[in-house]
Amino acid sequence: MATRAPWDIDIARAIIVERQAVPGALLPILHALQEEFGYIDREAEPLIAGILNISRAEVHGVVTFYHDFRHKPAGRHVLKLCRAESCQARGGDALAARAQARLGVTLGDTTADGQVSLEPVYCLGLCSVSPAAMLDDKVVARLDDKKLDALLAEAAR
Amino acid sequence: MSRIRIYVPGDAAAVAVGADEVAAAIEAAAGRGKTAVEIVRNGSRGLHWLEPMVEVATSKGRIGYGPVGVSDVESILKAAAADGADHALRLGRPEDIPYLKTQTRLTFARCGIVDPRSLDDYRAHGGYRGLEKALAVPPAAIVDEVTQSGLRGRGGAGFPTGIKWKTVQQTAADRKYIVCNADEGDSGTFADRMIMEGDPFVLIEGMTIAGIAVGATKGYVYIRSEYPHAIAAMNAAIAAARKAGRLGAKVAGSAYAFDVEVRVGAGAYVCGEETSLLDSLEGKRGQVRAKPPLPAHRGLFGKPTVINNVLSLATVPIILDKGAAFYKDFGMGRSRGTMPIQLAGNVKYPGLYEAAFGVTLGELVDDIGGGTATGRPVRAVQVGGPLGAYFPRALFDTPFDYEAFAAKDGLIGHGGVVVFDDSVDMAKQARFAMEFCAIESCGKCTPCRVGSTRGVEVIDRIAAGKDRAANTALLEDLCHTMKFGSLCALGGFTPYPVMSALIHFPEDFGAPPRLEAAE
Ligand SMILES: Cc1cc2nc3c(=O)[nH]c(=O)nc-3n(C[C@H](O)[C@H](O)[C@H](O)COP(=O)(O)O)c2cc1C
Ligand code: SF4
Ligand code: FES
Repeated sequence: MATRAPWDIDIARAIIVERQAVPGALLPILHALQEEFGYIDREAEPLIAGILNISRAEVHGVVTFYHDFRHKPAGRHVLKLCRAESCQARGGDALAARAQARLGVTLGDTTADGQVSLEPVYCLGLCSVSPAAMLDDKVVARLDDKKLDALLAEAAR
Repeated sequence: MSRIRIYVPGDAAAVAVGADEVAAAIEAAAGRGKTAVEIVRNGSRGLHWLEPMVEVATSKGRIGYGPVGVSDVESILKAAAADGADHALRLGRPEDIPYLKTQTRLTFARCGIVDPRSLDDYRAHGGYRGLEKALAVPPAAIVDEVTQSGLRGRGGAGFPTGIKWKTVQQTAADRKYIVCNADEGDSGTFADRMIMEGDPFVLIEGMTIAGIAVGATKGYVYIRSEYPHAIAAMNAAIAAARKAGRLGAKVAGSAYAFDVEVRVGAGAYVCGEETSLLDSLEGKRGQVRAKPPLPAHRGLFGKPTVINNVLSLATVPIILDKGAAFYKDFGMGRSRGTMPIQLAGNVKYPGLYEAAFGVTLGELVDDIGGGTATGRPVRAVQVGGPLGAYFPRALFDTPFDYEAFAAKDGLIGHGGVVVFDDSVDMAKQARFAMEFCAIESCGKCTPCRVGSTRGVEVIDRIAAGKDRAANTALLEDLCHTMKFGSLCALGGFTPYPVMSALIHFPEDFGAPPRLEAAE
């Protein structure tokens, strides 16, 4: 996974200003900030509010509404396991249990060493090759124990 | 010797099972063997159990091989060099494979065939003929054509597309918008993704025609963030269309202006609901708006807006090209044309199956899908995504048709069919439906926000054998409240999977089995 820049308010300001005139700018701004820093720093909220001339509460409301936006950095790797119906039908529950046991975390958590965040996702559109997962930007499907273990090994690096 | 053209799908489902590695291996092996190859990353044909499915251009047309692994590449390249010769993985001409041959590919006519990055290839395969027809008639005639075709929204609700367009056309405003709903949140569905990755220009063409028809100059495609390949493919296609003058101030040299922009969602299922999606595009929390006003009157940024699913818009070009009568001729009852059906879950032959409305659920699951992948008996099939009902074998004679499914307390939704074998625990599936609703609720109405969490608890008590009769009655009551007290279909339709599980599979809730379900 790409190493992210540490939080920097000046870079953040530039990212926001560059997009402030876009209609409905808030989501594009939040995506760009998360792409740069890996999460949305608390300091970003008042900064965005000031530049877009909306309330802090509104910005906070949006950041918390969407599952994608993080308040703290994720692990070095993010492993998303599909937990939706088609993948359930192909043994997704057992794979999720295996991943949790191997990593020693529950879905939604990051390992203590900050290496891997294990997250549920509800459908990746790969249902015809279920069960499916995504490691950082890479999609993987027809998962079985062996393939999952290989993914976990990759995430450990 | 001339270069051999080899197709390796760049579709995310193919990539997820190794297509990128196969493409790289072909390149490397060709280099070593000094064979000149040209690799095209096409979309997928939709025969997903055969992915990665490699095709070779030969003197007899394209010959398929699959599923191809990296270790097969060396020998397949040899077969390719011998004009598509025999090989253990040789499938023959893809269009002769029964799964493809028995389909009626209208919306998916080009998917898997063309190079999704090439506008020239798109045009060579009939692309932009619909737009040419549209440019030759007044806007009202375009709307009429779409209305006459009988096309209904493929996003789930099945609302007539032409009627929606007419409302926007007749609403005066200084600005109007076309919004393409590419949120495709329904589990078991992937047709929107396949179109965007495999034939992105057809969506751009459909949106352009919509813009001209209703007087809109700007379009947005709202794509879920879980679809990075589709986002990249759409952005590349939009850039190519702009460069070729197919988008911009003078669309194809006409007096019409139209441009398209991609916006990315942020992981909220409810943002597929049209008003929630509009709020999200405006940079707000994706909360569902009360209707009226309709988006057609006051939609994006308060302006009249057409919001349509990817498949609805991608079907418009062929309707304009071949005429409303041609399209309308397919189908049954009030479900006209074809539906790109998506077979998923525990099924032997998963993939994209586009067929005229009217094919039965049993034909889809048993004949086309080949039963389960595990070889065990099919027990339940969820049709229409996470808000769709679970159907037992007893309902397999139901034809794929909006009204026929509604009559059996189900829905076809976006066309997803998810198959489960006899190891499924239907109480667990019902619990998941409630849990999913709780996770994804936008929070606006109490029956959805609170009722779904209560629902999980009640199902847990039933599963634990606590006061079963009373708790089952409570669950039915709760479903009733959600169904009639929710603003949108997330809270309103979650009772479908829950109640269908309870009614058709009572034995999983500790009650005696239904007789018909036991056959
Ligand atoms: C909770 C919820 C989620 C929805 N998700 C989608 C979706 O992902 N894609 C879609 O096209 N329609 C979705 N819809 C339906 C839309 O609200 C709307 O009916 C559709 O975009 C209209 O386009 P169409 O007429 O072309 O189908 C959803 C509806 C609800 C209630
Ligand atoms: S039913 Fe649920 S998702 Fe829909 S508006 Fe109400 S709270 Fe929001
Ligand atoms: S349900 Fe898992 S990828 Fe769609």
